[in-house]
Amino acid sequence: MTTKQETLEKIAASYRAFESKIQRRVVVCAGTGCIANGSLAIRDAIIEHAKKAGLDVVVEMSESLPETAPAGRVYMSRSGCQGFCQQGPLVTVEPDGILYCKVNVSDAEEIVTETLVGHRTIQRLLYLDPESQERFVGQKTIPFYTRQKRTVLAECGVIDPHCISEYIARGGYLQARRAYLEMTPKEICDMVLESGLRGRGGGGFPTGRKWLAALAENGPRKFIVCNADEGDPGAFMDRSLMEGDPHRVIEGMMIAARAIGAEEGVMYVRAEYPLAVERVRKAVDDAVEAGVLGEHIFGTDHKFTIRIMEGAGAFVCGEETALLASVEGNRGMPKPKPPFPAQKGLFQCPTIINNVETLGTVPLVIRDGAQGFRANGTESSPGTKTFALTGHVQNTGLIEVPFGTTLREIVFGVGEGVTDDDGKLCKDGFKSVQIGGPSGGCLTEEYLDLPMDFDNLRKVGAMVGSGGLVVMNKQTCMVQVARFFMQFTQNESCGKCVLCREGTKQMLDLLDLIIEGKATMETLDTLEALAGAIQKGSLCALGKTAPSPVLSVLKHFRAEMVEHIVDKKCKTHKCRKLSPYAINAEACKRCGMCAKKCPVGAITGDRNVGFTINEDICIKCGACKANCKFGAVEGA
Amino acid sequence: MQDNSVNNETASRVDAIIERIGRHPDMLVPVLQAAQEEFKYLPQDVMMSIAQGLNIPPAKVYGVATFYAHFTLEPKGRHIIRCCDGTACHVKGSMAIMDAIRSHLNLKEGQKTTADGNFSLEIVSCLGACGLAPVMVLDEKVHGQSNSKDALEIIKSCEEK
Repeated sequence: MTTKQETLEKIAASYRAFESKIQRRVVVCAGTGCIANGSLAIRDAIIEHAKKAGLDVVVEMSESLPETAPAGRVYMSRSGCQGFCQQGPLVTVEPDGILYCKVNVSDAEEIVTETLVGHRTIQRLLYLDPESQERFVGQKTIPFYTRQKRTVLAECGVIDPHCISEYIARGGYLQARRAYLEMTPKEICDMVLESGLRGRGGGGFPTGRKWLAALAENGPRKFIVCNADEGDPGAFMDRSLMEGDPHRVIEGMMIAARAIGAEEGVMYVRAEYPLAVERVRKAVDDAVEAGVLGEHIFGTDHKFTIRIMEGAGAFVCGEETALLASVEGNRGMPKPKPPFPAQKGLFQCPTIINNVETLGTVPLVIRDGAQGFRANGTESSPGTKTFALTGHVQNTGLIEVPFGTTLREIVFGVGEGVTDDDGKLCKDGFKSVQIGGPSGGCLTEEYLDLPMDFDNLRKVGAMVGSGGLVVMNKQTCMVQVARFFMQFTQNESCGKCVLCREGTKQMLDLLDLIIEGKATMETLDTLEALAGAIQKGSLCALGKTAPSPVLSVLKHFRAEMVEHIVDKKCKTHKCRKLSPYAINAEACKRCGMCAKKCPVGAITGDRNVGFTINEDICIKCGACKANCKFGAVEGA
Repeated sequence: MQDNSVNNETASRVDAIIERIGRHPDMLVPVLQAAQEEFKYLPQDVMMSIAQGLNIPPAKVYGVATFYAHFTLEPKGRHIIRCCDGTACHVKGSMAIMDAIRSHLNLKEGQKTTADGNFSLEIVSCLGACGLAPVMVLDEKVHGQSNSKDALEIIKSCEEK
């Protein structure tokens, strides 16, 4: 199909015509989180009840709707992640701007009769602020949303990701068209460089500089690769963006392709994200169908195609050279740089690899210009950043804030505070925040007011990383957290570099010694020495940063480590071997069940004097605790 | 000794996959994915056929198949339980859930599939559904904010089917 310049206007006009015939729109969140909580069944139920109530129900965009619907017409659309995962399943009613939280299938009928037919708001389904006990109507007032700055995510959770027309009607692909028709490749690269956009995948490398390097190379074949192999545990920003606004990422790839003169694109999507794969595939097909992608882009002689490739479960493939090896059909092992992929990448051709969020930000840079883009964020890290806020925090979900925002604003503002192990708000429960995943570190209370950007975080031994932000409460054992990340990188080490392959194994063993109470103070020195060696002796970022989580725990929680080693104690009772069992005499009913069940005879006593556990004999199997009906056994 | 020959039926099924995906060595990963989808795992004869079909050494096919966590060289159970042990799930107690499932299914250390072939238990590093931590996926259905009791109930209801 040949794309005419005016194609976008035509598509947008037909969507607006459709929109003008709609009175109400119900947006059911169809992100992975809400779907898991049954949002699709809720959508079906609302459709069924709305039909019963005589409403004209439309489930997808159509050009042949009758002008009017006497009883009212409702458009039942689906969206990607609306962000407030904690409160899911989420249902938004427009144009009223009502957000219903934790909706059940059984609420469907009431939503139809009260809100869709009766035009009334159902108070009990509105967001309830746990502290003030106040109800909030929708995104315009709920603190979780008002404390954010959503630019990349502006349409995510709002538009229907299945509908290219809606994306176009809201100004989509206009920036790509500008790039192809009104700008030279050099102008695009320069604008991106001046905007200060830095890679959102973890490294924070200036995107414009990467592009200029690829532009300087001679073709004939060049590639744009979208790195959607989001593997950091605790991160789901890229998944959400692909699920919620896939065309934005495609538009970013088109602009990048124009900027360096590439005609082929590859999207390498993590296979653990089936919904993202499905939506991105559909988006690419629709873009080809609409004439946006393919031959003769916007009536020019340029072409650009995108191929989707699913990953196969290797974390290291998030590293760019490993990713390219995987696309070429090899084991995903990194290669030394230089040559950089911008010079010799996929099939030895100049290749740009950008992360999903970076590409999703590119259309904003073209739209707002370099200076406009700098309106948000800090001098060295302009723009906004999406984070996956999870762990022991009141509001878990997908958020976006400008660079320079402090951790305190995120955890206590957007996140509205820390929770205990039972999920209850806990005023002074904050212990640490883990940022940057297996390459990052844990930060303590004293860093809560540090403005977060690429450089500030690196200075204190953490990193922005891809944007996973895991909040941890006081009941969390930091040695276990260090071990968790070491186990992860040890598992995911590709095995190429000896120090990464063997060193991570040794570090893991040393951490196990600490957890089991067999370590000495020398263990800490060995850990530090090994960490330094691994950082120096590894080829790629996975190995170079593998020791970071452990080093940050050593730096900020040294006392806790020493306590494990010297006092053989784990205050949080998360290390089983270091948290002795004891019988609480007050709760004990002296039934003797614990002594009967103890396999090593460590519990002595009788009905008259009560029972005690002999720590020297106890093997900490937990049988006494499991069998006590009165919860009188404490520990572990 | 293992038999290196490939039976005709397997060879033609593999050939159809290669035809569909693309007959080029670059396509090895997608071909292996499609083959695993069809055969449920990657037995030796399937890997041999892929090597022949793409004209690459069997060692390369084996190398790639063993590198990526998604490929399995052994048959899996009828139901697949995937427990997430990402950071968010981990700090919210995913290990306790896994221990409970392990003991319920009688799985020993290192054993992935139950003796009757009904269930396979896999640990994944992050499913990206951290807002729902801890998360468990049973046969592609995601169950969020679960605890050991809920998890066992879900598995039991699957056993009864």
